[in-house]
Amino acid sequence: MEEAVNKKELIKKLRQDILAMQGFRAVLDHDRRDTGLGPLEHAFPNETFPVAAVHEFISPTVADAAATTGFMAGLMGHLMQQDGTCLWVGTERQLFPPGLKAFGLDPDRIIFVDLRWDRDVLWAVEEALKCEKLTVVVAELKEINLTESRRLQLAVEKSRVTGFLHRRNPRKIDNIACVSRWQITPIASNLQYGLPGVGYPCWNVDLQKVRNGKPGKWQLQWSAGQFNHLIPATVDKQKIFIPQAV
Amino acid sequence: MSRRYLTIWFRHLTADQLAIRRPELKGKPFVLAAAERGRMVVKACSGAASAKGIEPGMVVADTRAIFPNVEVLDDNPLRAEKLLRALAEWCLRYTPVVAIDLPDGLILDISGCAHLWGGESPYLKEIQTRLRSAGYEVRAAVADTVGSSWAISRFGQISPITPPGMHADAILQLPPAALRLESGVLARLQKLGLYRIASFINMPRTALRRRFGTDLLARLDQALGTAPEQIDPVQPVVPFQERLPCLEPIRTATGIEIALRHLLETLCQRMFREGKGLRKSLFRGYRIDGEVQQIEIGTNQPVRNIEHLFKLFQLKISTIRPALGIELFILEAPVVEDLSVQQESLWAVSNQEHTAIAGLLDRIAGRFGIAAIHRYLPDEHYWPERSIREASCLQEKPAIAWPDDQPRPVCLLPKPERIQVTSPIPDYPPMLFIYKDQIHKIRKADGPERIEREWWIEQGLVRDYYRVEDEQGARYWVFRSGRYDDHEPEWFIHGFFA
Repeated sequence: MEEAVNKKELIKKLRQDILAMQGFRAVLDHDRRDTGLGPLEHAFPNETFPVAAVHEFISPTVADAAATTGFMAGLMGHLMQQDGTCLWVGTERQLFPPGLKAFGLDPDRIIFVDLRWDRDVLWAVEEALKCEKLTVVVAELKEINLTESRRLQLAVEKSRVTGFLHRRNPRKIDNIACVSRWQITPIASNLQYGLPGVGYPCWNVDLQKVRNGKPGKWQLQWSAGQFNHLIPATVDKQKIFIPQAV
Repeated sequence: MSRRYLTIWFRHLTADQLAIRRPELKGKPFVLAAAERGRMVVKACSGAASAKGIEPGMVVADTRAIFPNVEVLDDNPLRAEKLLRALAEWCLRYTPVVAIDLPDGLILDISGCAHLWGGESPYLKEIQTRLRSAGYEVRAAVADTVGSSWAISRFGQISPITPPGMHADAILQLPPAALRLESGVLARLQKLGLYRIASFINMPRTALRRRFGTDLLARLDQALGTAPEQIDPVQPVVPFQERLPCLEPIRTATGIEIALRHLLETLCQRMFREGKGLRKSLFRGYRIDGEVQQIEIGTNQPVRNIEHLFKLFQLKISTIRPALGIELFILEAPVVEDLSVQQESLWAVSNQEHTAIAGLLDRIAGRFGIAAIHRYLPDEHYWPERSIREASCLQEKPAIAWPDDQPRPVCLLPKPERIQVTSPIPDYPPMLFIYKDQIHKIRKADGPERIEREWWIEQGLVRDYYRVEDEQGARYWVFRSGRYDDHEPEWFIHGFFA
């Protein structure tokens, strides 16, 4: 009996060691930042949203890109809190800063860098991810390969900056060295009592891949300045088409 | 101490320069002409042409009537200014303050300079001789005020040098045109028989003002020295400049780096004493074969951190070609701004963080140009394209709160794109729309939110914005351009909601 307990302890410790070797430090209190994701956080290792990591978001269509931008803005609003600064690097930016205010993010705290080529974006993002004083770095690009993504991941492990790679309409989705891969698709908003108008932004959040975590699908709604989980049953009841993730 | 001014008048500035460049034209009558209202008008003429009675402002056909063999060349309107600027820079050897006086003159502030050439007479002679030997026909005059020296250089008959205090007497016998007046005023003076300045200078000022306007009085005061006249020196003195001459020509990158670091240290020390930081800097290397190698950096905020500036320059050092060696290094900071010791904090982040971020932005700007970096603040316009404006610097805080009373999309198309719609009744949101060959059936809609075009900025149609959600759950921002009853309605898609 005692041996079994020891084994359990040992395995737990070994797991921690493996996590540490893979770049997940033991979670300290100041690292545990509220992302407002609620039950979704159970999907991550240590049940904490990995802050010092690069997250990949895939958006095949323009509408998906808008949904992803909204979701990222909500996350960034929580991560940056009152004093963070964000660098937003990309090509062909369509982001409209006033739209971010609704997601609890002051648009004047974002510095935009508009470049022409993906390789320029990669250079700028790598430099930015090395700058410890930034909170979040967002990169909007199309293609990235394993080597390039590995460089970004190494940079964040040192600087503890959160990186978001937003890939718009990528040609192929291959394995890259990111901690997670998300796909956010918009779903119909639901209004109570059949009221007219358009409701709060709702998304199908598909966490397709997460290192040492449990991938899954959730349905979130952004309302009252935070993420709220939709109970799938209520959505089903309204017979609303939910697109299946690719 | 009274001031002394020297004015140089180039009688045939552009024509002389052309004759210098093309010796075959020297001494020949030719004119420079440009098209003006459908005819060729003489803009400048050579000395030989003006001796024949040809003047600027004549039509080319008339000049051909006077003198059939005149050669007509094209005039470049920018040539005069460019040339004057070059001549003004050449004149910096005589005085540090030289201004250009378009269209054909230079003004030199020679206070305290002439004695270095042994007095005003040899000084003036030296300048005139050198310009004449170069091929320019010049007249110059020295007097106490800009206005009087201008008048004497153009119209003076007696002596080019007016002794101090005598300028008022010297201009008395000159025609009113010597006062740099408009042609309308000159014509009126001519009509009244006032051919000399002496004939009206003692008239009551109120009468002069009533008849000829304030311009005449102002010019008179400037010529007499009772009103100040500002001149705009051609080369503003570069205050932040450090030089490093080398005993041996420098040929290696390491050597250049040492020189750069040395110059940066002295420059930054001086900027620290004066509470400044540089925004733009030039590093020049003068090679022994006479070539100049130059690299330039710009920063997002005033900086005087040696390490940081060194890093910015380091990215570009490889572009310097030392060839046989560089004998002189010059580091300049043409643009400096105040930099207090205690920096104001940015968005409540500490001082150090701010510096680190600005350092990163400088590196990005150094590689891709400053135009790649943007930051936005809210602006007081409802029109979506104008609702944001670019922040001028990193510290600037929004003057008004970001509006959040109306929903705004997270993605906005750079230009609204046309869509085809089916809408049931006027003023209702559409039932479906076709965007990029795809049909979107609308399930939910919100609106309209009417946004008026700001008529004081531009004319155009109003927009009625609708927030719509299609059957896939995607949310769009579409608008109808113009009121329904006035026009055939046109629909556009402008943005995407999250």
